[in-house]
Amino acid sequence: MSQKKIVVETKDLTKSYDGVTVVDHLNLRIAENEVFGLLGPNGAGKTTTMLMLLGLTEPTSGTARVFGFDSTREPLKVKRLAGYLPEKVGFYDNLTARENLKFIAQLNNISDAESERLIEQTLEAVGMAETADVTVGKFSRGMKQRLGIADVLVKKPKIAILDEPTAGLDPEGIIQTLDLIASLPKTGTTVVLSSHRLYEVQRVCHRIGILSKGKMVIEGSLDELGRKALAKGRYRIEVETTKTSPRLIKVLKEISGVRKVETKGNLLQISADSDLRAEIAKVVVQSDIPLIQMKIQEFSVDDIYMKYFHEG
Amino acid sequence: MITILRKELADYFTSIRCFILFSLALLASAGGLLAAYQGIRGAGSESGFVFLNLFTTSAEKLPPLAIFIIPFFVPIIGIALGFDAINSERSSGTLNRILSQPVYRDSVINGKFLAGIVTLAILMATTILIVSGYGLRMIGVPPTSEEIIRLFLYFVFIIIYGGFWMGLAILFSVLFRSVAISLLSPLALWIFFGNPVFNPYISFIVPAVGKSVEAILLLTRFSPYFLFSEATMVLLFPQWRGTELLVVPETTLSYMLLNPLSLGQSILIVWPQLTALIALTLICFAVSYVVFMRQEIRPT
Repeated sequence: MSQKKIVVETKDLTKSYDGVTVVDHLNLRIAENEVFGLLGPNGAGKTTTMLMLLGLTEPTSGTARVFGFDSTREPLKVKRLAGYLPEKVGFYDNLTARENLKFIAQLNNISDAESERLIEQTLEAVGMAETADVTVGKFSRGMKQRLGIADVLVKKPKIAILDEPTAGLDPEGIIQTLDLIASLPKTGTTVVLSSHRLYEVQRVCHRIGILSKGKMVIEGSLDELGRKALAKGRYRIEVETTKTSPRLIKVLKEISGVRKVETKGNLLQISADSDLRAEIAKVVVQSDIPLIQMKIQEFSVDDIYMKYFHEG
Repeated sequence: MITILRKELADYFTSIRCFILFSLALLASAGGLLAAYQGIRGAGSESGFVFLNLFTTSAEKLPPLAIFIIPFFVPIIGIALGFDAINSERSSGTLNRILSQPVYRDSVINGKFLAGIVTLAILMATTILIVSGYGLRMIGVPPTSEEIIRLFLYFVFIIIYGGFWMGLAILFSVLFRSVAISLLSPLALWIFFGNPVFNPYISFIVPAVGKSVEAILLLTRFSPYFLFSEATMVLLFPQWRGTELLVVPETTLSYMLLNPLSLGQSILIVWPQLTALIALTLICFAVSYVVFMRQEIRPT
């Protein structure tokens, strides 16, 4: 993390509307070529944060910097590098998909020859090559959403800010879109996305941040967060055996690094400071108790999310 | 800005709205021609500006093109071209897509305004040229170079006057999110302050407030309609010696000479009207810019 270039940085970013604070002293750092997921319930301030990053909304206080440019003072420089997919994406209904993208390319001063190639390429990437010359008015919501993603990619952004990129897509579309997003860092695009669908975030994001009432509740990589949230910084290992014995529990507890052993029938839940699966397996086998399975607990974003919002 | 201008123009020319406006322009020129056809024989040609009479003569029950029809239509066209400029894009979500591209916010307004002006110019040039063309065939007197210049200046005034109403409509489209409201508000203003039909009411109210001729003039000159009418009179009736004549009582008129003024003198008289109209348009713009710059662009 530390050696990576930080491309998005906010300092005490705050936005209030009529006295209601929507984003509250947010400090966000996103590294280059990272996929960062913003999570949070409706009204947590995800969209507002994104708008402030782009300089489309003026912060009440604090600063946002994208690639070193102040979003409020130099919005044009930020917009040259950033592609934004709004929550409710709109196109000119009387133009075709291709014409809509062409217009965006022209606004970005991309030459005609270059834009033709880029448009072809991006339409292909989002699976819309066949409907390129259909007017957008005839598109379904899902198709518009795909076109929205093409719209972001056509300018080859250094950073893509996607507000619920998979909303309204069919399951196949979601998988395609997620794969596309996951492939972006390889081509030098950092991604910031927001979503309600937790498994999506889990699938593509390197790091996530959970927002609640404008504040960052927790931030980090998925493993870090899971351990922080659910096991108080420890690894949880589950061991299933055919039977248990007090002696086994005692031996397990003697392994250095094991903090706690709990039993639920034939299931042993072990909290440890590190991944001690090898040692535990050895001890179990030595104690002549057949081992059925052992797994290290993986945290799903759902667990983390629910934990925070039930407590919060 | 050029990109936005090009796109807006392409939009206008393929839209039904533009088709309707062109039909209006055609009807207007037909009406003007009809009035000229019936009235031009009786029109005084002693001033020597026969060709201009095509635009200014009225027949029984038929109003002249330049005095009535054009002042009536130009604001409608201006409003029709501008009333949904910003808010329709906002509600369809295209506005925040454009503004997340590297473009200045004012270039969105400017591009739209310029596209509107170009459309308006084409519409009005069509109208004037149709009347000129058919009129030429009808009366057989070619325009003098002075008449052509006067007509051209009149055309410039039309564009600026239309531009004012378009600017006003764009301002309302920035202020209000609902397209219906941004259409009705400038229309309401137009009905009371910019409409030859309602003008008698204005001329009734204004003298009640201002007592002297100067005071009346001052008040009425805030109205773009009045400024435009004055300019029209001076440009198309070369014998009009001053803009005050519109409010001066009939009795004083009889003392005046009716020799036509030279082109230079006429231009000198309408110069303040030109400046005032441009200033009014710019005020609309300044307010639109200021409001738009600070506005949230999120679709609601």
